[in-house]
Amino acid sequence: MRPGGAGISPPPADAAAALCVTNLEVSYARPDGTVAAVRDVSLSVGPRECIGIVGESGSGKTQVFMAAMGLLAENARARGSVRFEGAEILGLAPHPLNRVRGSRLTMIFQDPMTSLTPHLKIGVQLAEVLVAHRGSSWREAKREALEALERVRVPEPQRRLRQYPHELSGGMRQRVMIAMSLLGRPSLLIADEPTSALDVTVQAQIIDLLRMLRVELGMAVALISHDLGVVAGLADRIVVMYAGRVVESARAGDLLRSARHPYSALLLQCVPNLRDARLERMPCLPGQPPDPAAPERGCAFAPRCPRASERCARERPALRDLDGAAQVACHHPLSP
Amino acid sequence: MNGGLWHGAWRRLRANPAAVAALCIIAALVAMAFVGPWFSPNEVEALDWSHVASDPGMVHAHWLGTDRLGRDLYVRTLAGARVSLAVGLVASAVSLSLGLCYGAVAGYVGGRTDHVMMRIIEILSGLPLIFFVIFLTVLFGRSESLLFVSIGAVGWLTMARIVRGQALSLRRKEFIEAAVASGASSARIIFKHVVPNVLGPVIVYATLSVPQIILFESFLSFLGLGIQEPHASLGTLIAEGAGEIEAAPWILLVPGVFLTMLLLCLNIFGDGLRDAFDARERR
Repeated sequence: MRPGGAGISPPPADAAAALCVTNLEVSYARPDGTVAAVRDVSLSVGPRECIGIVGESGSGKTQVFMAAMGLLAENARARGSVRFEGAEILGLAPHPLNRVRGSRLTMIFQDPMTSLTPHLKIGVQLAEVLVAHRGSSWREAKREALEALERVRVPEPQRRLRQYPHELSGGMRQRVMIAMSLLGRPSLLIADEPTSALDVTVQAQIIDLLRMLRVELGMAVALISHDLGVVAGLADRIVVMYAGRVVESARAGDLLRSARHPYSALLLQCVPNLRDARLERMPCLPGQPPDPAAPERGCAFAPRCPRASERCARERPALRDLDGAAQVACHHPLSP
Repeated sequence: MNGGLWHGAWRRLRANPAAVAALCIIAALVAMAFVGPWFSPNEVEALDWSHVASDPGMVHAHWLGTDRLGRDLYVRTLAGARVSLAVGLVASAVSLSLGLCYGAVAGYVGGRTDHVMMRIIEILSGLPLIFFVIFLTVLFGRSESLLFVSIGAVGWLTMARIVRGQALSLRRKEFIEAAVASGASSARIIFKHVVPNVLGPVIVYATLSVPQIILFESFLSFLGLGIQEPHASLGTLIAEGAGEIEAAPWILLVPGVFLTMLLLCLNIFGDGLRDAFDARERR
């Protein structure tokens, strides 16, 4: 389904894609004006594909998927189109949206410590999803909850079912969240910074788990992270976002080896690396991302870009195909 | 279902000697109100003309004395306590259930719905309570059940505000967002994820509102708006005794002491309950 870079071709995307976002704009109405969080983003996630969405805080990477899940705040406005399994889901009322979200389209969040309802036992929370979505009996649902915990390799699953969230560790809770998100056999799992709140060894375990589950269940994964290291271990394709726009989209191997957009290249340099451990200072990106409330002029990255020219300040570069291998929004892309 | 929270709260409550003592006294007073009359040979409404306004003592069958009509004060106080307790409990339950539903919906749904619902609360709480009760009494006639409803119908306003505030802060919690993301309907989220999580502070408030309501009932009865003769509540007994304070002070003291003890213990217990649920404050 994904020969070469074909899965990343822009708008009139293939109907077979699990999730297809087209020209999505998300903006927030504030008393002092409108703030654009996502500007004209198009991307698609193929069936069984894992894409990594990378960007700094505020780059709009989470907002794209919050819009898809209908989780935007009340003062947000989303325009464009989000199609899931061929059906439009952007702007759907809660009731019809609930038929897909939580079963075919699921999401796990950054902080597993607070994502579980504190007063319900793990078993009840897991079973509730099945009772609500499928109308299963509680007994049947409890049995499936046990299987779900086994699937995510929770030790002593029988005992966990009777425990409360506060009795589990962070990594364990994230496993429970993953188990919950898998109950409805999703075709796409959105993982929003699933490891950022966990310590490094647990991070690796969760990423390993996601990699195994993805193959076992044949589902697509959208992994949102600010950490290229986390994404590199899992993603087939990486989408880099900056200031609400996609600046580069390429196969993971290609991007990690030779990023074409200067921003992606700089991000890669910022990933700590044991070989360079003797460097006195961690390399970091100078400057600040642009104010999302300010009007756009030229390339948003130009003020921080070492390759910026006078043209970059005037004219915003469009996302274009480069050698059929990557899509880059830059006037002066790096050569591979 | 809420084993974790309840278990911890119960443990902390038991560690608080004042609250435990208060709870024991409340239990004793309640038990006395129901069982006590069996030990007395006197009837609630029986008039004993040979002992009119006689003082307390063991020389006659009226251990705590009689009132001006020769009715036994011990039995009448306990009967009055039953009525007062019933008013307190029923009216609290009415205000609890109304306030919980109303506040949870307003706080969780938010936005314009919340605005409209809270303005309604403000208008209602602007009405003077006494006039409201008088108005209801005039409209529907005097009855005990009306008293329950009218006190409860006024008490739920504060409860709704408390619940709404709690629900508002819960609404943006990650576990609510996760519940939305997993496709739960708003009704399911409100009643399964919001309401149980506000229950702690709500129960504390409800416990503290029981003595307030008992006091308010006494006040209404004192004014002649509540329980009517020959029935008695602690309030009517006190009102009656207040008229005889110089000649026969025990007519005031017997129900007065009972009411004071009940209110004091309920308040101490409510405070203990609040501390028990607010685990963070104690650590």
